[in-house]
Formats: sequence, C-alpha cells, structure tokens
Amino acid sequence: MSRTAALSWFARHEFRLAWREWLAMMTGGRRGRKRIAIIGLTAFAALMHLPAWAVIGRYASLHEPLDKTSMIVVTSTIFLAWALMLSQAIESVTRVFYARADLDLIMSSPARLANVFSIRIAAIALTVTTMALLLSTPFVDVLVLGGGLRWFAAFGVVIAVGLSAAALAVAITLALFRLIGPARTRLIAQILAAVIGAGFVIALQVAAILSYGTLSRFAVLTSDGAAAYAPDANSVIWWPARAALGDGQALLFLLAASLALLGTVMAVFSPRFADTAINASAYAASTRRSRGATSFRHGSRQQALRRKEFILLGRDPWLISQTLMQLLYLVPPALFLWRSFSDSSAAIVLITPVVVMAAGQLAGGLSWLTISGEDAADLVATAPLSPSDVTRAKIEVVLVVIGAIFSPIVLALIYLAPLQALVTTIALVVAAASATAIQLWFRVQARRSQFRRRQTSSRLATFAEAFSSIGWAATAALVLTIPLAGLMSGLMTAALMAVTWKLSPSRE
Amino acid sequence: MTPEISALALRGLTKRFDRPAVDTLDLTVHPGEFYALLGPNGAGKTTTLRMVAGLLKPDAGAVAIFGIDALRDPVAAKQVMAWVSDEPMIYDKLTPLEYLEFVAGLWGIEPKVSHPRALALLASLGLAPHQNERCEGFSKGMRQKVALAGALVHDPRLIILDEPLTGLDAVSARHVKGLLTERVRAGCTVIMTTHILEVAERMADRIGVIVAGRLIAEGTLTELRQQNGHTDVSLEELFIALVDVEAAAA
Repeated sequence: MSRTAALSWFARHEFRLAWREWLAMMTGGRRGRKRIAIIGLTAFAALMHLPAWAVIGRYASLHEPLDKTSMIVVTSTIFLAWALMLSQAIESVTRVFYARADLDLIMSSPARLANVFSIRIAAIALTVTTMALLLSTPFVDVLVLGGGLRWFAAFGVVIAVGLSAAALAVAITLALFRLIGPARTRLIAQILAAVIGAGFVIALQVAAILSYGTLSRFAVLTSDGAAAYAPDANSVIWWPARAALGDGQALLFLLAASLALLGTVMAVFSPRFADTAINASAYAASTRRSRGATSFRHGSRQQALRRKEFILLGRDPWLISQTLMQLLYLVPPALFLWRSFSDSSAAIVLITPVVVMAAGQLAGGLSWLTISGEDAADLVATAPLSPSDVTRAKIEVVLVVIGAIFSPIVLALIYLAPLQALVTTIALVVAAASATAIQLWFRVQARRSQFRRRQTSSRLATFAEAFSSIGWAATAALVLTIPLAGLMSGLMTAALMAVTWKLSPSRE
Repeated sequence: MTPEISALALRGLTKRFDRPAVDTLDLTVHPGEFYALLGPNGAGKTTTLRMVAGLLKPDAGAVAIFGIDALRDPVAAKQVMAWVSDEPMIYDKLTPLEYLEFVAGLWGIEPKVSHPRALALLASLGLAPHQNERCEGFSKGMRQKVALAGALVHDPRLIILDEPLTGLDAVSARHVKGLLTERVRAGCTVIMTTHILEVAERMADRIGVIVAGRLIAEGTLTELRQQNGHTDVSLEELFIALVDVEAAAA
C-alpha cells in the first residue's frame, strides 16, 4: 500500500469511528433505532427554527455597512460560538489522549506516527466543525429566509470558526501537557473547557451588572461606551461579521487563515502527539497515594455509604469541573445580589430562576453518579442493607452537596428578600428532588467513567430532567411576579413529572 | 442431638431467561466445606450463585443460608455471606485500605476489629506496600486481591466465589488459594465455580457438576469416580465424560 493510500485508509477508519460513536450517542447504542433517531433529529432541527427565528430573525435584514453597535453584537455572537467550539474541542482532544482504546495498536504499527496523528487532529477538527454546522443550520436558514442568499456565507464563517477552534484546542492541550504534566492536564483541561465555554457570557453579564445594574449581556454590547472603545470600521476585528454578511473577500481570508492555522498546528504538534499520548497512558498506570487512615471510623452502615460517596465525589474530575461551571453561572446572580444590598431593585427576582435551574442541573448529574454510577454494584447489592436504605443514603449525599453549594446565596437572599428566599428554597429543593427522582426512575447500572454516555441511555429522561429544571425555575420566577401564572407553570411541570413517571421503566 | 444446619440449602431453585437457566435445583453444602461447582459455559453456575447472593430473584424455589431464609430475610442472610465475582468490582478512586474501611462499615464491623484485620489481610495478600495507593493503576490480579480482601474483612461464614482465579498470575493465584484454604480450616464454608479443574481436584472437599441448570453429579472425587465406574482418572477426564454423556442424552 502506498503512503497516500495508507493515510486515506486511516482517515476513513477515523471517520467511521467518529460516525459510529456519534450514532451510538444518538441511538443510545441500540440497534434498530437509527430510523427513529433520524426522524427525531429532523423534527428537532425543524423545531429549532422557531427559537432561531425568535433570537436571530430580526437581524436578517442587516446590510453592510453596519453601524458599530450591530458590528459589536454580530462579532460577539461569532466569538461566543467560537468559545463554545473551543471548549468542546479541548474536551475532545483530552479524551483522545486518555482513551487508550487504540493508541497501543497505532503506536506499535509501522505507520509514521506524525502522519497518523495529523489525520487524527484533522478528524477532531472535522468533527467539531460538522457539529457546529449542524447546530448553526437553523439559525443560518432563518437568516437566509429573512435576508437572502448572501447569508449562506455564514456557513463559511462557521467552518472557519470550527477549524480554528480545533487547531487552538490541540495547541492548548499539548501546551498544558508540557507545562503541568499529564497528571494535572486532564482536570485542568476540563476546567478550562468549562471556563472558556461559559466565561464569555458570564464576563458580559458581570460587566452589565457592574456598569448598568442588569443581568442582560446586551446592555454592554449595545452601550455607547462599547461603541466608543470599538476599533474603526476597517479593522480586521470586524472581518468575521463582514464575512457572515456576505463579504466574499473577508470570508476567503477567514477560511484561508483558519486552514493555515490548522495546517501549522498539524505540522508542529503531530510529532509530539505520540509522546503526549504515551505520557498520558503512563499516567493512567501510575500510582496516586492517599493519606493512610490511622484507624477506621465509627458509624452506621448508611454513614459508611455516605462517606464513600463523598470521597468518590471529591475525587471526580468531571464533578469538579461541572461544579465549577455551576458556580461560574452563579457568579452573575451573586454579584447582582451583592449590588442589591445597597440598591433595592425589583430585578433581584432574576436570581431565583438561575439558582433553581443550576440546582436542578447539578442534582441530575450528581444523582446519576451516586445512584446509577456505582462501580461496585454487586458489593453494595450483597451488603446487609435493604435497597431502600442504600438509595436513601445516596439521595442524602446529593441533597447535602446541593445544600452546601446553594445555601450561601439563599442565606444572602433571606437577609435581602425573605419571601423570595422562601420561594427560592422550596423551588430549589423541588428541582433537585425532581432531577433525582428522574434518575431513580430511569436508573441503569453503569460505571462512573461512563458518565458521558448517561444522556444516551434514555432520551426521555434527558429531556424530562432539562424541562423539569426549566419548569421549576420558571415557576419560582412567576410565583414571585405573576402568582397565577406561577401556579399554572407549577401544575404543568408537575404534570410533566407525572407523565415521565408513567413512562419510566421503574413502573413496569 | 440437634440436626446440623446446612451452610447452604437450595430446594427446587428455578430461573428462566429465554430458556431454563437453573432447573429445579436441589443442592446442600455443609458448614466448613470447600465445595466446587463445575459445569460447561452457560450451565447455570453463575446464575445459581447470583441467586444465592441475592443479586438475582429466582422464579421458584428456596434458598437457606445457615438456616436463614434468604428470600424472606435477605439482610440477615447477607450479613453472614460474601460474594466475589470474576470481574473485581472495586472503586478506582479509593485505596485498598479505604475500600476495606467501606466494606467493614457496610457490614457494621467495629473499627477496632476491622482495622487490624484489614491490615493483616492486605499483608497476607502482598498488598501492604500498596494499601494507600488508589486502585486505578492496579493490575487485574491486584484488583482481584483487593476484592477478595473485601470479602474476608467482615469474616463471613459463607464465601461464594465465581471464577476468582481468572486472569491471575501464578503467584497471585497461590495467594488466593492459600487464603481460602486457611479460611476453610478455620471453619468457613467456601463455594467456588472454576474452569481450572486441577484447583477443584486439589482443594474441594466435594464437587458438584451442573449441566443445563441441573445437578448431574455430586460427591467427593472418589465418590464421583465410583459413581461413574472410573477408578483412576483425573477430574478433567471425569468431567468431560459426564458432560459428554449428558450432551448425548440431550
């Protein structure tokens, strides 16, 4: 086989693996679900056009030359998409290093590793870009329908953004390996991915709160101050926005620059990819010591279970990065709260839905880890405890962690707005309990390391968990502003929970 | 004289999946006995033991562990029993000592008893130098030894092991066998499935052969030879002859 043929063969192999992994995620790994997945995805994509229209429809008529404020909004939106893609790409690159499934095989083969890993980097770039294209399609469609064919250029911007994000992700992850070593890179890369993904929006919100006393990030983007500090209309900074609006020259420049960046990263980093992978795998086999216990601790059987769960949660890199993400999301409302101490604003109500939704989301992940993600299921099942005692101990762990994370905000609210604090606390507990209940109803025994696949085991559970968090967040906000609407929203969310329970396998 | 209570008594135990996996099985294991349950792949050995351990509900039949009805009072039955499977299920993020503390806590063992016992077990299994290292970097053999230490830390009266020697190197396998023999000498009952027939031949007091969910032969090695008219054959030859006869009859 010639070298070119061997490389194209490896490229096909990479794309086949990527396709099958994606398909398994969409179908929950079950055969015969392909058609249902395709129909579901098509319906979802069609449905996504409605929110896309609501969010972006008004910008379809934008034409060059744009005023500075519009330039800032469009450029910021593109930058946000880029940050999210970079976050996703860092996660993908890290996974490639630590998932050793085929690295031993590849590295023991007579293939030239630099070439093989170039293809792997290209495959990551293509996967990230394809996902971005799929997700952006409803938005670009809306722009094309409302503003004409020139908006098709936005797809080109998405490609450029995807390729450059993937290239930068490879460079960042490999740099982390060099700087802090494989032992810390996994955790730091996950945290970095979370911070990059959420950081831009949160930074805008923080700026909006500090400058304008509102949680709306658009307050900063559309402010006179932002326009005054923005570069002039000819600046390269606006080229992504101009490319999206149909400027062919700007688009070509963007595509060429992103391809050049990816090519440089492939040329510079491919030879190091193998060393990094070897280091990562050596780390997997290395030993990490913990403090030795001088004596075992006293306590009931349930306490032993809770203690084990707390230790495992504390040593879980995913949980640490996710908790950090939730805490990051809580920074703007916390800041808003702090400002409200001196300025009694009715807008403080906005804190409640953010807190309730964050609690529901975090409780869902925590419940999966403690209830379904049991690595020694046989051991716990053969222990002299009733199943209800085991479940109760695990739920207590979830609620204690949620309580520890959210109680500072609730305590601050009690001082500022006691009624809102009461509503927030009730909604927070109900949202966390709902997410936990859904995990209980749809529990499928798995290993903790399979966390990424938790959302593929049941689409219904995934959607129910998301919508119950949104529902209880909306209910709490409405109870504080329009009580009758809050009652309706609460009833609807309760009905959603009832339907979810009715359809859950635990009833069979 | 009071009749001896069996360590394990199965009566009419039945489990069906798409076909009968365990078919009205009667089995008795005496206290202090090392019992080897043999059978070809898919014979129903693991299903039987999982039902005994409370990991699977039988469709019919009764399970008594030291006179305790395991189906009516599973918590009491589990208190005196330990289960070790071929796939060691331990926590990657815990150290062996933390794992043993957890297991001892689950069984409600006093720390002043469980801590020295855990240290002694880890030492006897050659794990003392690794007792404060997280299990994530451990080999299959080390993991299996941690799981076995977990099964022994609460000093069970009945130990059930499903293929505990799979994937172990010679030294690790010897450690495990030595520990099990020691336990039986101390009065503990051991029930083990294995495909390594030399181990069953050398260690077991009695051997049961199960095919298609039914016990087709049972006894000491000498009794099995006599029952089948062979006086000077190995357990391997005897086992193959028994399974072949059963396959021909089917």
